Amino acid sequence: MSTLVRDRTRLQPAPPAVREPRRRPSLRTTLLAGAAVVWILGFLVLHGTSTLTLPASELTDLHRSLNQFNAWVAANRADNPVFLYIFTPLRAAVDAVANLFITIFAASSTGLRLPEIGWLGTVGLLGWIAFAVGNARVALLTVAVFTFFGLQGLFIEATYTFALVLTAVLLTLLVGIPLGVLAGVYGRVAKVITPVLDFMQTLPTFVYLAPLALIFLIGPASAVIATVIYAAPPVIRLTAHGIRNLPENTREASDSLGTTGLQRLLTLQLPMARRTIVMGINQGTMAALSMVTIAALIAAPGLGQVVVRALQSLDVGTAVNAGLSIVLLAIVLDRVTTAASRRAEPGAARNRKFSRRTRYIVLGITLVLALAMVQFSRTMLWAATFPKELNVGPMIVQAVGSASQWMQNNLSLFTVSFREAVTTGILNPFQALLTDTPFYILVAVIAMAAYALGGWKLSALTTACLGVIIYLGLWSDSMVTLAGTLVATVVVMILGVIFGVAMGRSGRVDQILRPLLDAGQTMPAFVYLVPFLGLFGATRFTAIIAGIIYAAPVAIKITADGIAAISPTVVEAAVSSGSTPWQVITKVQLPMARQSLALAANQGLIYVLAMVVVGALVGAGGLGYDVVAGFVQSTIFGKGLAAGLAIVFLGILLDRMTQAAAATPVRKIPSSNIPAT
Amino acid sequence: MNKAGLLLKRTVPAVAGAAAAALLLAGCGGASVNQVAAAAGATGAPCGSVNVAMNAWVGYTANAAVYSYVAKNQLGCTVVQKDLNEQISWQGFSSGEVDVIMENWGHDDLTKQYITDQKVAVDAGPTGNEGHIGWYVPPWMAEKYPDITDGKNLNKYASMFATSESGGKGQVLDGDPAFVTNDEALVKNLGLDYKVVFSGSEAALIQSFRTAEQNKTPLLGYFYEPQWFLSEVPLKKVSLPAWTQGCDSDAEKVACDYPTYTLNKVISTKFADSGSPAAKLAKGFKWTNEDQDAVATDIQGGMTPEAAAKKWVDAHQDVVTSWLK
Repeated sequence: MSTLVRDRTRLQPAPPAVREPRRRPSLRTTLLAGAAVVWILGFLVLHGTSTLTLPASELTDLHRSLNQFNAWVAANRADNPVFLYIFTPLRAAVDAVANLFITIFAASSTGLRLPEIGWLGTVGLLGWIAFAVGNARVALLTVAVFTFFGLQGLFIEATYTFALVLTAVLLTLLVGIPLGVLAGVYGRVAKVITPVLDFMQTLPTFVYLAPLALIFLIGPASAVIATVIYAAPPVIRLTAHGIRNLPENTREASDSLGTTGLQRLLTLQLPMARRTIVMGINQGTMAALSMVTIAALIAAPGLGQVVVRALQSLDVGTAVNAGLSIVLLAIVLDRVTTAASRRAEPGAARNRKFSRRTRYIVLGITLVLALAMVQFSRTMLWAATFPKELNVGPMIVQAVGSASQWMQNNLSLFTVSFREAVTTGILNPFQALLTDTPFYILVAVIAMAAYALGGWKLSALTTACLGVIIYLGLWSDSMVTLAGTLVATVVVMILGVIFGVAMGRSGRVDQILRPLLDAGQTMPAFVYLVPFLGLFGATRFTAIIAGIIYAAPVAIKITADGIAAISPTVVEAAVSSGSTPWQVITKVQLPMARQSLALAANQGLIYVLAMVVVGALVGAGGLGYDVVAGFVQSTIFGKGLAAGLAIVFLGILLDRMTQAAAATPVRKIPSSNIPAT
Repeated sequence: MNKAGLLLKRTVPAVAGAAAAALLLAGCGGASVNQVAAAAGATGAPCGSVNVAMNAWVGYTANAAVYSYVAKNQLGCTVVQKDLNEQISWQGFSSGEVDVIMENWGHDDLTKQYITDQKVAVDAGPTGNEGHIGWYVPPWMAEKYPDITDGKNLNKYASMFATSESGGKGQVLDGDPAFVTNDEALVKNLGLDYKVVFSGSEAALIQSFRTAEQNKTPLLGYFYEPQWFLSEVPLKKVSLPAWTQGCDSDAEKVACDYPTYTLNKVISTKFADSGSPAAKLAKGFKWTNEDQDAVATDIQGGMTPEAAAKKWVDAHQDVVTSWLK
């Protein structure tokens, strides 16, 4: 994900403030203040009128017509040519691939349902592959982690998840790399494809789970297709990026030798972009893992099912045990693909400790060993299914379960009163300010603010987004969601500044915190919801916490990088002129990292918004709830679809506004020192 | 060229390894422990595998656990349980992802779509349980405010049920958004000063009622029978305008109480026609609310579903035998 962040900013360069740079800040401040005054006045005077509230049980005509999609699919599945010649064969093909890997690693459909390769063989084979594409260290990690899955009593679930991730990643590469190459070579393709990718990445995953399940039926096939949709954008973006960003002189050199387009692609661009492409594979794999977990809701087998079950029975112990497996699997996939990308780096071959020949001999020997393990796992029961006596899963479940029970019993007074204080003190008034103000006042206020930040163009864009939301019939729900999102983002930014400054100023703090942040980002959101559900109950507050946990790492990292990138001479100069550390932070480092802070706020918002739907599983209302309910109740399917679109438009609005805010500096700062994030 | 060559050299052993593995697999396919042990273990009529949808309430788990236990241990079937939401499960009939739904609550629209129109599923008869859905209050409230169990008086008490989540109105606590519910429409159409808030799961709902009874705090919530929890805390049902035929046909205009549900099992047509003994078991399965509560209580008390099922089956072997006839 972090790579995406960087890619995104580069793709959308900040529009420079051209018009009257000196007078502009004051005009801007006046306009923003005016907007605030209009808002407050509108809220006080016209309180509760024209709020466009749609009761939860009611649908608009638009929602009803979207509902028809459901009936249409049911009626046309058997004989419509689109189904006969496209969807059904596609489903069958994907299903065949998924089943192949499931049969190899997780469970076959015959006999004892043992997989083709039992646990010992899987451990050996995957360890060897990790060694072959990476190094001995990641091989050891792979072996240890997969053995640990067995100890947790989750080996079969983990291999199911692994098989699905493998299928999804292979298909993603099949689709993503050619598209990425095209987008990299032809600027026009890139122009067409970029907005589509933006849309795919803002669309909450839940929104397309429901229609996909409708078209492709529930099961591994739909799960894989949903995962491919989710995982393809980073692969496409990074491939295109790698191809496009060749050093100009290298390209010229190749051109001057008279290479044709295809030759250049094959001999220069692809080999040079190899590292970036492998990085794309890495990002795609991580995205695939988190999606495969969520796809448990449409009958994808594996660890996700365990987490979903735990979520429904509020079983913290089981959730943590399965969550641990998911995190470990994420670490293995990340480290192995990272090691592979290091190996793909130009010149990596020269710096190796062993000669190529030694390496081949070692590879050969270990392969024989791995194949022997595979053979054992196919003929001996002890090597085929993980020994039950070695299962420590129940112990983990029980220990975590009782710890969380203790916390719930002893901390509930504190957690509940904290939750109530935040909800009634901050969240409710703020939400009322958004939901009880007439919609036309809010549209005007947002348009004014947008004009102040980015001119007419932005103002028109935001008004259009709000118009679509009103058309979708979900204004009130959108405002509920907006309230929660903004509150969460404020907290994310506070955390971002505190930890970002600490990390940016001290390398040691950075070293300690960064792995934690990485873990927070790779852990699927589902997993850490369960303990918070235990502590705070299913409320909007819990949903906001979920959003904060998901978004804070990104904001912290961007802020830390921004602070660390400030030229040490400037800081040195401030210190030598007698500034206290506090002064250095507030007067030098934060102002100079302003661009990074704005970017952090932008990304924080987008990430929080991405969690809106998952938050609805633990009590958030608004659009997220509409999406979840539309997913599970066929009568409000259309409303869920509309709510998903509303989230996308809310996302576009927030994204463009924060980007504009980031682009126009309030104070004049020497631009040469602004870090290029 | 050098780099491409390097890549080639690295992929060659990988490909060779994969090929060798494939050969090995092909060569030893016949002797796999998977098939050998299975062949030795199989007795009686072949059963194959059964996909059982697992919906997220304990009563359902009890039905499914007993069914799975009998299918596995007395018929030798391979049982695959899949955790799915109620309505999503139905989508699995046509693809073969789901063979059995062990406790179905009404769902006239889905019945029409999948049983009558698409003919991918068949009704496998009642489970013997009778289902009730409704609004409930903890017993202490029914004692202290005797007229609260009449739905007409709910507005009088609305302020008492207000929480920080209900926006100044009274709160009606619902379960999982996936459960059968008309509550949003009821609140609106009966003109109640309430707001529906979702707790997210059966577990959360039970937890809330338990706390409400312990601390004597007000709570109005969605609940249902058969349900083991009612023997721990006997919740009192609030009466809403009585159900009449067709009063709930338009989901947006419902203004009456929930009907009495004759819970049934639904199995896929493919599975029903397969002649599998597990399909016969699904059709024969029938027990009482007490039976379900007994198994559900054991599961809730910390037993694994399988152990709880075993306990019940061992005590009621005659009932099980009658299912298989």
